[in-house]
Amino acid sequence: MDDAWRERFRMRALQAVTKRAPYGNDIDLSEFIQAGSIPATITEEVKRKSLEVGVDVSQVKSGTYFQLDHAVLLSQLASKIKGLELMPTDLALSKYEWLREYYWKALSVEQDKYTAMAELKQTKGYFIRSAPNEKIERPVQACLYIDTEGVLQAPHNIIIAEDGSELNIITGCTVGNKSKRAAHLGISEFYVKRNATIIFTMIHSWGDETYIRPRTGAIVEEGGTFISNYVLIKPVRDIQSYPTAYLTGRNAKAKFNSIIYASKDSIIDLGNRLILMEEGTSGESVFKVVATGTAKVYNRGQMIGQSKNTKGHLECRGLMLCPTASITAIPELIAEHSDTELSHEAAIGKLQEEQLHYLMSRGIQPDQAIGILVKGFLDPGLPGLPENLQAEIRNRLSLLDKSGGGGREPC
Amino acid sequence: MGHNASGKTILALTLAGFPQYTVTRGKIIFNGEDLTCKTIDERARAGMALAFQSPPAIRGIRLGNVISLAGGVNPWTPKPGDDPDLPQKMLEKVNLEPSLYINRELNVGFSGGERKRSELAQIFAMKPKLMILDEPDSGVDIDSLRVVGNSLRDYIINYGCTVIIITHHRHILQYLKPTRVHVMSNGRIVVTGSYDELMPKIEAMGYEQLIKEATAHG
Repeated sequence: MDDAWRERFRMRALQAVTKRAPYGNDIDLSEFIQAGSIPATITEEVKRKSLEVGVDVSQVKSGTYFQLDHAVLLSQLASKIKGLELMPTDLALSKYEWLREYYWKALSVEQDKYTAMAELKQTKGYFIRSAPNEKIERPVQACLYIDTEGVLQAPHNIIIAEDGSELNIITGCTVGNKSKRAAHLGISEFYVKRNATIIFTMIHSWGDETYIRPRTGAIVEEGGTFISNYVLIKPVRDIQSYPTAYLTGRNAKAKFNSIIYASKDSIIDLGNRLILMEEGTSGESVFKVVATGTAKVYNRGQMIGQSKNTKGHLECRGLMLCPTASITAIPELIAEHSDTELSHEAAIGKLQEEQLHYLMSRGIQPDQAIGILVKGFLDPGLPGLPENLQAEIRNRLSLLDKSGGGGREPC
Repeated sequence: MGHNASGKTILALTLAGFPQYTVTRGKIIFNGEDLTCKTIDERARAGMALAFQSPPAIRGIRLGNVISLAGGVNPWTPKPGDDPDLPQKMLEKVNLEPSLYINRELNVGFSGGERKRSELAQIFAMKPKLMILDEPDSGVDIDSLRVVGNSLRDYIINYGCTVIIITHHRHILQYLKPTRVHVMSNGRIVVTGSYDELMPKIEAMGYEQLIKEATAHG
């Protein structure tokens, strides 16, 4: 593969390898140097774990991409689905010269040390594209799996929905049992063309010792719709992410939904930035979080109205289950045009006793009642998601009260 | 019975074990068991069921699942022998079309009449030995009242259970004939009598006069 064109990105990346991100703890990436394992097949254990993040690799019915550490084990079926392309990004870049135009366009390679390292240590990633006017009905599934301790996984994903097309993607990210300390820098660039739609659902299930720094940018053109659903239920060492959607075409729309169950001593710093650049664009970010244990959660949000008849709303709803946890909501509204309408709403509190007592009066034990209320609070009802995916996310939530402890851990 | 703020609802909530009310004197003995120090859910499982005057609406929780849970069935992990059709059967008893209500969020957007019926469906699933119904007839139109009244009567005939009903109206009593009537005032039961004896007096004199007379005699 002729990689000369990438040299300029590498040069820019090298300049930024020590550049700290404005948010989150600074992570020393030099610890993560292990070469990943290269298994020949997908084991039962791996199958089970990926099913937990909504990716079914035992019976592949839709376009499926599976990456374990740095190895792509599965990238298939796409050829059988009309209008869909799915392949590892490096392969796509060597196949299509035009794709270089999209590489590091929705995101800057020198944004911080994580984008820089992702470029320098890049490990595959997927390229997904829907052809003009094609509606890809079955969600494309992708799984990014970390298997080896000490590994740095840095996939670069590029997703393009061409004019008038529809793409529904579910990505599950998870770790194997044997990997403890590991880092994941996932780069994702979304391009929603005119009147196209991308619904992207990401389910994260990391481990107590994983450090996560995804970097995401989306460019939404005229009449396009970008919906991003994010689900994080298991503990994580430290995650920080602040995806940005640029609504560059008239009447473009973007919506971010996040469902977070923050437990143990997780550090979770997540935000969404929506830039309403063109007339008639609108955006929304809804962040629902339950905090327990000694988890620390930050929800940032930035809504920037730059053009006439634009509308944006940020919402954060937090439920505190433990006095030792914390939730910080930091919404920012920035109006740069007189005809923009921006709002935010943040409410953080404890479980409503009235509701708890009501359920208990039906003979439900307090722990179970709390589990039910927490589940109900987080219940997705995510717009644009097919029912089976909703059910999948509900299943993930239902794991919360399997322990019989109602999803509550001792404070 | 009794005028507003005479302590009827507080009595019901105290019996059901709501922690905002403390029992300072006396005990709550139910079927020979001392429940005074038991929690709300323990009392419910002992056979005491309370239908709320204004139950809360809870998003993200389906009515059908709460009916199952009230019947001791975990809808997510049912055990062998659990009745999967329990919600259906209970909703039918209160004339709520199961296909329309089973997946509705608990009381969310329910009318007054729907809330009362949702309460009864949940309580019937509990198979209680004692029902405490806090104004099951308030804010309910005549059709809902008929449903509530009939389903209560059927339940009591079929399963036999004690009912304490708090009400301001006589209409519901066309369906349920009480054995005793108690009138509360200032947090106490001040007048007690049979339905046939006391009801006409209440109607004729009103609470104020009745209580005055009773306390003067007492």
